[in-house]
Amino acid sequence: MPHTDDALLHASHIGKKFGGLSALDDVSLHILRGEIYGLIGPNGAGKTTLFNVLTGLYQPSAGGFRFNGMHYQSGKPHLLAQAGIARTFQNIRLFANLTALENVMIGRHVRTRAGVFGALLRDRATRREEHAIAARARELLRYVGIEKPAQTLAKHLSYGEQRRLEIARALATEPLLLALDEPAAGMNASETGSLKTLLKAIRDQGITVLLIEHDVKLIMGLCDRVAVLDYGKKIAEGIPEQIRKDPAVIAAYLGGGSD
Amino acid sequence: MSLKIPKCFPKMKPNSKSKLLLIAFGIALLLLPFITDALLGRGWVRIVDFAMLYIMLALGLNIVVGYAGLLDLGYIAFFAVGAYCYALTNSPHLAQAFPVVFHLGVHLPFWIVLPMAALIAGGFGVLLGAPTLRLRGDYLAIVTLGFGEIIRIFLNNLDAPINLTNGPQGISFIDPISVMGVSLNKTQHFLGIAFPSVHLYFYLFLAFTALVIFVSQRLERSRIGRAWMAIREDEVAASAMGINTRNLKLLAFAMGAMFGGASGALFAGFQGFVSPESFSLTESIMVLCMVVLGGMGNIAGVVLGGVLLALLPEVLRNIVVPLQQSLFGRTLIDPNSLRMLLFGSALIVMMLYRPAGLLPSRVRRRELGGDEPAAEESVYDATH
Repeated sequence: MPHTDDALLHASHIGKKFGGLSALDDVSLHILRGEIYGLIGPNGAGKTTLFNVLTGLYQPSAGGFRFNGMHYQSGKPHLLAQAGIARTFQNIRLFANLTALENVMIGRHVRTRAGVFGALLRDRATRREEHAIAARARELLRYVGIEKPAQTLAKHLSYGEQRRLEIARALATEPLLLALDEPAAGMNASETGSLKTLLKAIRDQGITVLLIEHDVKLIMGLCDRVAVLDYGKKIAEGIPEQIRKDPAVIAAYLGGGSD
Repeated sequence: MSLKIPKCFPKMKPNSKSKLLLIAFGIALLLLPFITDALLGRGWVRIVDFAMLYIMLALGLNIVVGYAGLLDLGYIAFFAVGAYCYALTNSPHLAQAFPVVFHLGVHLPFWIVLPMAALIAGGFGVLLGAPTLRLRGDYLAIVTLGFGEIIRIFLNNLDAPINLTNGPQGISFIDPISVMGVSLNKTQHFLGIAFPSVHLYFYLFLAFTALVIFVSQRLERSRIGRAWMAIREDEVAASAMGINTRNLKLLAFAMGAMFGGASGALFAGFQGFVSPESFSLTESIMVLCMVVLGGMGNIAGVVLGGVLLALLPEVLRNIVVPLQQSLFGRTLIDPNSLRMLLFGSALIVMMLYRPAGLLPSRVRRRELGGDEPAAEESVYDATH
C-alpha cells in the first residue's frame, strides 16, 4: 500500500461490539489526503457503525485511529470536530426549528470563540466575529446552492435542500475530512447528479471526503478508492475497477456465498 | 434601562414611530406604581412587585428550558438558595444561633450579597447539572424535581444539629434592601415627590428585570445562545458540530440558576421573611408554566406569561369572593381552588390551540407564516 504515512486518517484494528453482537471486527483502513474514499457494503454491514466510531459518537471496543497525526480512541465527537472531522447523518439531523442560515452558523461554533462575556458586552471583536460567522454561513449556503431559503426553517426545506444544508453545516466547521453518510439516499437522478458535482468541487478544494453510499453507481463514478464491508469485516479495498471485479464483493452483494 | 424592554419584540423596527412607542411604554412603566396606587390601592403595587420577581424567575428558567431545552422542575430551589443567602447575611439569625462566632451579627451590604447569592445559586446550578448531563426529557425532569425537593427539605431540617436555617419557622427580621444608603423600606422623597417603600422596590425590580431581559436577549443572539438552541434541537448533531455539550449545558444551568438566585435575594429583602414553604414544588411548576404559557424561548412571551400568572390569583381573590358574596350571599367556591381549576383549564386550552405559547418564539411564529424573511434579516443586521 502506497503512502500510508501520508494518510489523513489511519484506522487500525477497529472492533465494536454491541452486547454479544460484533458490528465491526478488526477493520483497518487509511484515507489519503485529498481523495474521495467510498465505503460500501450490504445493509447491516457496519458502515454506519464505523462512521460513528470515526466521528467519535461510539467508543470502539478494540483498536483506535490516527487522524491528522493524533491518536483518538475516546468517544468525544466535539473533539473530533475540533480536529477536523465533520459529518452528515444518514437520517438527516438538522436543527429542525432553526433557520437554514442559523444551522450553518452553528457549524461555525467550533472555529469561533466568543463566550458569555463577549455575548453580553458585544465588544468590537465579538461583533466582528458575528459578522464573519453570518457572512461565511451565507457564502456556504450559496456554495451548496440553497441561498434562497436562508431564512426558512430547516424542517421546511425540501429533502434535497436538507441534504445540502447538512453538507453546508459540516463545511462550516472547516473540516479536513468531510464524512457523508448516504448523502444520495432518497434523491432522484438529477439531484444525485448535482450532488456528485458538489462533492467533486469540495474535493477540489482540498477537503478529503469519506462517503458511505448504497448507490454503487455513484460510488464507482466518484470515488478514488473504495472499501467494502460485509458483516463487520473489510472484505476488499482498492480502486473502483478492482472492486467491481472482486469475487468476494460480488458474492457479498449477490448473496451467492460459499456458506 | 427600562427603555430597552421593547427591544425584545422582534417585529419592532427602529423607526421614529416605534421609537415614540418605546418612549411612551417606558414612561408608562415608570408611572405604573403611581397609577396602580391611585386606581387600585397600595396593596396592588406590592402585587406588581411580586409579579416582577416572577418575571425574573421565569426569564432565568427560560434560559434552561427555552434555550437549552433542559426541562427543569426544581428551579425554585435556586430562588430558595438566593433568598437564604440574603436572609442569613442580613438578619440577626446567625448572631442568635452562633453567638460566639457572629456575636455582632452579620449585615452585609446589598451589592455584595446580591452577586454572592447569584454565584452561590450558580454553583448549585452546576451541582444539579453535573450529575444530570446524560439525562434528557422526562428523566431530567424527575431528577431536577427531586433536587428542588431536596433543597427545600434541607432548609426545613437544618435547624438541628446546628441551627443554620431555623427550620420550618424560617428566618425573620431580615434587613430591607438599601441602595446607596437609601433604605427602600421607608418612604423617600425625591424632587418633592413621595416614593413609598413598595414604589421604591418597584423601581429596583424594574431595573433588575430590564437587566435580566438585556442579558437574555444578548445571550439569545450570540454564539452561546445558538449553541444552546442546537443542543435543544439535536444534541447528537450539536456535538458532531463541535459543540461541547457538557460545558454548555452546565453553563445554561449555571446562568439560569444565577438569575434565580439573584431574584431570591431580592425576594428575601423585599419580604423581610423567608421560610421553606415559599419554595415548594408548586412554585417551580408555576414558574415553568409562565415560561410555557407565554412562549418558550421568547423573552416577550415569557414576560407576558409571568405577568398573567402572577396577577391571576390576585385578580381572582379580589373578584371571585365579592362576586359570590353579592350573588349568593356567601362564598361557595374558595378562590384558591378556583385558581387551580382555571389554571388547569387554561393550560389545556393553550395546549390545544396555541401549543407554542401566547407569544411564540421568533422561529415558531415564522413557522405559521407571520414574519417576512426580509423583516427577519433586518432584525439580524440591526442587532449586529
